[in-house]
Amino acid sequence: MSAMKLSASAIAVIAASATVAMARDNVQVAGSSTVLPYATIVAEAFGENFDFPTPVVEGGGSGAGRKKLCEGVGENTIDIANSSSRIKQSDIDLCKQNGVEEIMEVRIGYDGIVFASDIAGPDFALTPADVYNALGANVAKDGALVANAAKNWADVNAALPAQAILAFIPGTKHGTREVFDVKLLEEGCKATGAYDLFMAASTGADEDAKKKESVEKCLELRTDGASVDIDGDYTETLARIAANKTAVGVFGLSFYQNNTDKLKVATIDGVVPSVESISKGEYPVSRPLYFYVKKAHLGVIPGLQEYIDFFVSDDMAGPDGPLAAYGLVSDPELAATQAAVAAGTPMGPLE
Amino acid sequence: MTDASMHDAAPQNRPASLLTADARTRRRKAAETRFRLMGVAAISVGLLALVFLLTSVLGNGFGAFRQTVVEIPITLDEAVLDKSGTRDLEVMKKVTTIGYGKVIQKALEAELANRGIDTSAVKAKDVMGLMSKEAAADLRNMVLADPSLLGQTITFNAFATSRVDGFFKGRVTMESAKLDSNISPEQLQIAQAMHDAGIIETKWNWGFLTMSDSSELRPETAGLGVAILGSAYMMIIVLVLSLPIGVATSIYLEEMAPKNKWTDLIEVNIANLAAVPSIVYGILALALFINFMGLPQSAPIVGGLVLTLMTLPTIIIATRAALKAVPPSIRDAALGVGASKMQSIFHHVLPLAMPGILTGTILGLARALGESAPLLLIGMVAFVKDFPAAPPQGLMQPATALPVQVYQWTQRSDPAFVERASGAIIVLLVFLLLMNAVAIVLRRRFERRW
Repeated sequence: MSAMKLSASAIAVIAASATVAMARDNVQVAGSSTVLPYATIVAEAFGENFDFPTPVVEGGGSGAGRKKLCEGVGENTIDIANSSSRIKQSDIDLCKQNGVEEIMEVRIGYDGIVFASDIAGPDFALTPADVYNALGANVAKDGALVANAAKNWADVNAALPAQAILAFIPGTKHGTREVFDVKLLEEGCKATGAYDLFMAASTGADEDAKKKESVEKCLELRTDGASVDIDGDYTETLARIAANKTAVGVFGLSFYQNNTDKLKVATIDGVVPSVESISKGEYPVSRPLYFYVKKAHLGVIPGLQEYIDFFVSDDMAGPDGPLAAYGLVSDPELAATQAAVAAGTPMGPLE
Repeated sequence: MTDASMHDAAPQNRPASLLTADARTRRRKAAETRFRLMGVAAISVGLLALVFLLTSVLGNGFGAFRQTVVEIPITLDEAVLDKSGTRDLEVMKKVTTIGYGKVIQKALEAELANRGIDTSAVKAKDVMGLMSKEAAADLRNMVLADPSLLGQTITFNAFATSRVDGFFKGRVTMESAKLDSNISPEQLQIAQAMHDAGIIETKWNWGFLTMSDSSELRPETAGLGVAILGSAYMMIIVLVLSLPIGVATSIYLEEMAPKNKWTDLIEVNIANLAAVPSIVYGILALALFINFMGLPQSAPIVGGLVLTLMTLPTIIIATRAALKAVPPSIRDAALGVGASKMQSIFHHVLPLAMPGILTGTILGLARALGESAPLLLIGMVAFVKDFPAAPPQGLMQPATALPVQVYQWTQRSDPAFVERASGAIIVLLVFLLLMNAVAIVLRRRFERRW
């Protein structure tokens, strides 16, 4: 039996492949699953029109992507982290610690977050206050904080359908959840007066501690099953809505636009979410999308500079480009971003 | 039926005739019937689940193997595609896919006018919207590969967009198109007219197996090429590494190692490792192969190594069972006629154990083929468009794997990817069935029983 021979040849193969030059010739990207479709669209067009290989784009989530970016400098670390929320000081510190000194921050545009329900169901016209009163753990009622007892949307606001409250919202690992928290729950909490009551009841040492505690209270959601965290992707939320026709789910605008035959979108403060209403600043629930580039890899990884230039070019990220066609709200300050990318300006400290 | 052989029989209650069953016999018979029914019910539940899975996967997935294609004549205008007229590739590359898109649009409009199809109901952009965005890239690659095509009129085949494709497969209807922001009923009417005129057709699509992944703007061109190649590379690495290492380990442990505390410890650990969740191996691979050894991310070599680690315990356990099944008399006879220990193993025991070893190996490989969790951590769950080169360089270049492709496609927002994910599951199932069939054939043909 040639087990020995096989082993020997196997080791030879490994040795041979290990001596193959390790130089990586493709750009490596990881991060937010919201940015992922945009990044693949750009990567595909980049591979088609340039002589460089198509960049490899991974998902995995904004936080995971930034952590990978900060693992260190070298060809077995990634070049770009996509992120649907801004980088955190802890990420920057981690980067510094691992020798990743300079990072470029590139804002590629904005993304809307929408509430949508089954296409055959009733219309929803929501406000942040409605959302808070429907989903918050404690709500303000007659000037006092009470545990949320609303069963129907009509209990929250008589103008809403008399339909049981059931909302599928993104789980805490999603960047989308942060926007949901800040733009809907916190706003709604302040609008309904619950925030002031939390402030009054707070036992924090000083004003800042009280504010922090109150905001945290605002973000607490009811736990009786009316609000369900979805840790998967929007496809899971869509499947849940298909099974629960009366439920309302939170989606990215681009996902909704690709499934307009199954979903009906809710207005927020009377504004229908669309690329136009978000770019005009009328629709309140939107957020910027970013990617972060490791500057030490520029000039080392072939095609990296060309890829980021191409990403923010008018052909791609402009208002008539393929990214806008897919649902990205293009950045009105794109020209400034292009200049910063071309000049390789690293990001300053977070304010 | 009689209970005469039962030691706890109660003879005083025995009925006059053996032909009439007493209460106790009836009870025992009823118990047996109940047990049979429970067994049948258990199998039925399993079968029902299988039927449900297969119908949903096959029902959704078969569509992925057929694709709607637009066939039009295109005149490759020299004035647009090679302004300098020098046929210099570097100059011609300056014309991007946007330029080629315009050429296709002109050709499509001319062909529609020629066939008398009225397009006044929609904008010019929407007519072009019936064709895949890949068409321009295809045409560009075609021209750059063969510049002599310039100035000629060629018959060009391009995919229709996924919505048009869905219309001919029944996934998209006029009603759903009314609500759909990506297609309008007017566009579908044009597509129907083109179908009637014979320039749109749904045909068998080898591209699903040979093309690479695509972005969400063009699901119609997404294929499994890179995933199949990546899976094949990994399986080669797993086979080449885990078979010799696994067999050598098993022979040593089974035939040569002394039985003591250490070998017991090793045995227990191997049995435990076989049950360790595969994601744990992914974490190990990230730390060992990528961070410590500096192997590249997303590369099949790392995937192959981690799957090797995962498969080894399975192979070792199967091999040891196969070696144990060879009767000691064979070894004794070999030793008795003067063979050395080594000769008795390699000349007699191992050949007899081979069918069992191969069956175990193939089943281990099949498990490794369907594994996606450990690949998540080493960067193989990614959008990879370019094909890896032939081994050995290709082993270091980015690739994905079949189960990973299924996972990725189920996450995409365009409904056309649901169909492709099911199609990918069918391909994966076919590979698994083939491997299992080979294992069964090997066992049937070569296994010997004593």
